[in-house]
Amino acid sequence: MPQTAEIATADLKEIAAQVRRDIVRMVHAVNSGHPGGSLGCTDLLVALYFKVMKHNPEQFSMDGIGEDLFFLSNGHISATLYSVLARSGYFPVSELATFRKLNSRLQGHPTTHEGLPGIRVASGSLGQGLSVACGAAQAKKMNGDDRRVFVLMGDGELQEGQNWEALLYAAHHKIDNLIAIIDHNGQQIDGPTAQIGGLGDLRAKFEAFDWHVLQADGNNYDTLLPALEEAQAASGQGKPVMFIMDTRMGFGVDFMMEGHKWHGVAPNDVQLATALQQLAVGTEADY
Amino acid sequence: MKDFPYTESKDTRSGFGAGLHELGKTNPNVVALCADLTGSLKMDAFKKDFPERFFQVGIAEANMMGVAAGMTIGGKIPFTGTFANFSTGRVYDQIRQSIAYSDKNVKICASHAGLTLGEDGATHQILEDLGMMKMLPGMTVINPCDYNQTKAATIAIADHEGPVYLRFGRPVVPNFTPADQNFVIGEAVMLNEGTDVSIFATGHLVWKAVLAGKLLAEKGINAEIINIHTIKPLDAQAILASARKTRCVVTAEEHQMNGGLGDSIAQLLAREEPLPLEMVAVNDSFGESATPDQLMEKYKLNEAAIVAAVEAVMKRRK
Repeated sequence: MPQTAEIATADLKEIAAQVRRDIVRMVHAVNSGHPGGSLGCTDLLVALYFKVMKHNPEQFSMDGIGEDLFFLSNGHISATLYSVLARSGYFPVSELATFRKLNSRLQGHPTTHEGLPGIRVASGSLGQGLSVACGAAQAKKMNGDDRRVFVLMGDGELQEGQNWEALLYAAHHKIDNLIAIIDHNGQQIDGPTAQIGGLGDLRAKFEAFDWHVLQADGNNYDTLLPALEEAQAASGQGKPVMFIMDTRMGFGVDFMMEGHKWHGVAPNDVQLATALQQLAVGTEADY
Repeated sequence: MKDFPYTESKDTRSGFGAGLHELGKTNPNVVALCADLTGSLKMDAFKKDFPERFFQVGIAEANMMGVAAGMTIGGKIPFTGTFANFSTGRVYDQIRQSIAYSDKNVKICASHAGLTLGEDGATHQILEDLGMMKMLPGMTVINPCDYNQTKAATIAIADHEGPVYLRFGRPVVPNFTPADQNFVIGEAVMLNEGTDVSIFATGHLVWKAVLAGKLLAEKGINAEIINIHTIKPLDAQAILASARKTRCVVTAEEHQMNGGLGDSIAQLLAREEPLPLEMVAVNDSFGESATPDQLMEKYKLNEAAIVAAVEAVMKRRK
């Protein structure tokens, strides 16, 4: 089971640049998708799949017994997940070229329905991932499986009421093998989250819900990796763990980092070339 | 007309509770979730004897559906319990994405369906649930008729891989099907062979169809009565065989006409064997508060309504 815990930060950065190149190329190829949030969450997913999680890409099993599990609640950043899954060995990297095309396993939003290895639940309709992660974490406890469950959610997604049901539930049932992560970029489709449906003091809210809460920059491995260490250290202590991960939408491509504009817009040919130039770290071949 | 003797009347929800308790003993992967209606769903026995496999979710049905979907990952077979209204309409998108589209092995168990919920009124009397559930690709939809059949269905669905909607109700009704029956998903049950009309009934209306059969026999009409406990997948073979014999059809259900059993059978007949059809169902209306019997009479979901439908459809028979 590959668990490359010893991977150097420089290598993670190279993989992240590769994943970001995949993302912009994938959304450009079909002129659709969500590059902004995808780029912002790239560092996290690379860290999880290439360093933090114990998982088995060569032999994907739905039940994932003995493995750490990851759920993506904000399914619109599927390009990131697909790239990271492919590059960590769940399916051929060449399949990234089928993203959002007819008869593809790489649907616009992730699904189990087409049998893509690495996906354990469909997401896209927002607000459902935390509940699913709660159930998967409780199944692990019932199975005597001591691995953890990670779930990533968007911050705008917190406007969905189901999340707050799940927040109550996880604390009440002491689901302490669960690490929830908020992509805290302050943006959503219609504009800044603070203007659309302000979230207020998220840390205070989660603490009031009796979660263990931490917060760190998610686009900097010097802060992200220690935060993920801390999150894991805090698990198993009777409380679910919430990591408020501060990110920049579009991180890595300068013109995609301004505001919410690049939430759901694909780059044109010129913009793609500029983006790829900015992301040309490392030597790995593009798909 | 065959006789259907019975010695007791029981609620179908108690059949669910008994079946679930049985599963607790026989299948260690079965887990139960409930949204603050443990007593109403008759899940107390399971909760008492298998507390480590019972999860109180509180009044949070959307979360319950998601948690259930998550528990399947790791091999659990979750049975969710709440009223039919909160098992379907309230959580349609959660079921659609996290359970049906995600191919999750969740059993959605729904009590207090239909008008027979009674005095609580239309807010709780869902009459659209079969339609919503049968439209979901891959969803199996089951509506058993009495205590014994509900218990047998509950046990049977644990062995079926995939999402299931199991619908049952609140009132006591005659418990007339065999206690030792073998419940086969998707296999209609012939109750009375006849030649003059086919009555396809589901849920609480099955017993009403039996009562109607007796009234019809007194009028010299020999009705074939078939229990369609599984709305989806529909037993097309049994339905077509009966319809081709009798040349006219009545459907009966405690549900809206739109989207229910009658709608499924009408589609089947229109494609395969166009024949006169009458539907005993609620006709584009919400329910209201009253006793179950008063409501079943007012909304024409009883033996008299079935007899009237039979007489109407037989006039149209060619």
